[in-house]
Amino acid sequence: MSLKAFHIIFVIFSSLTALGFGFWAIRHYRLHCELAALIVGIASLVGCAMLIIYGKWFLRKLRGVSYL
Amino acid sequence: MSAEVLPYTVKPHPVTGLYNGKFGIWLFLASEVMLFGALFSTYIFLRIGAPETGPTAWPTGEQTHLSWKLGGLNTLILILSSVTMVMAWVQFKMDNLAKGRMYLIATAVLAIAFVAIKLKFEYMHKFHLGIKPSTSVFFAIYFTMTGLHALHIIGGVVVIAYFIGPGAKLWHENREYYTNRIECTGLYWHFVDLVWIFLFPILYLL
Repeated sequence: MSLKAFHIIFVIFSSLTALGFGFWAIRHYRLHCELAALIVGIASLVGCAMLIIYGKWFLRKLRGVSYL
Repeated sequence: MSAEVLPYTVKPHPVTGLYNGKFGIWLFLASEVMLFGALFSTYIFLRIGAPETGPTAWPTGEQTHLSWKLGGLNTLILILSSVTMVMAWVQFKMDNLAKGRMYLIATAVLAIAFVAIKLKFEYMHKFHLGIKPSTSVFFAIYFTMTGLHALHIIGGVVVIAYFIGPGAKLWHENREYYTNRIECTGLYWHFVDLVWIFLFPILYLL
């Protein structure tokens, strides 16, 4: 497996972590009314979307590189 | 030793379909999966086996003295470092040494920032509170897993620093060989970052 393929796997796991962390932080805000948690939660969900966009861009950029 | 003496450093081996460096790093990463896999399994069994109440109950939330904000910041730092690492490899593939080096330096700086936050703000804070690995089962596994992970990060920084500095000589002798070595470093780096992606939620959030 090349670094290209491993990077895509990494981006997928990072996106899932950002998504999970975003929901966790928003839930934390609802339970403890900590404004920082809300900000981090929203930022994390935005980060998740950015990672997906980045992943697509990365795949386009390295179209000619092997997955092996 | 010149690149011609060592076979399959650039071209793929006919049996594996990979150049030898990549095959070697994947074998190494397989052993790393077993090492961290054993620690993750230990964590799961310790947590499942812990009583729900009492002094030996598994700590949650504020009882762990872990800052989810610092953990989240470190997660962001490592994700960014993986992006800069892969960008370095892309630049070397595009024959751009200067930009590739710049991305490698960015990766090293991010890695040092990760370790600095870990030591200065997390470990030191706990030591000031009198928390040590012997304090509880939770802190024993916490310090073991995060400490081992931090050592892997430091090891990665040493390798990256080598390729920024003296190791860059290889670029002028054999560009493809050098780029392949960066790819192997990148594979290791991604693995170490992936371990953190699993460590962060189980230690800081759950």
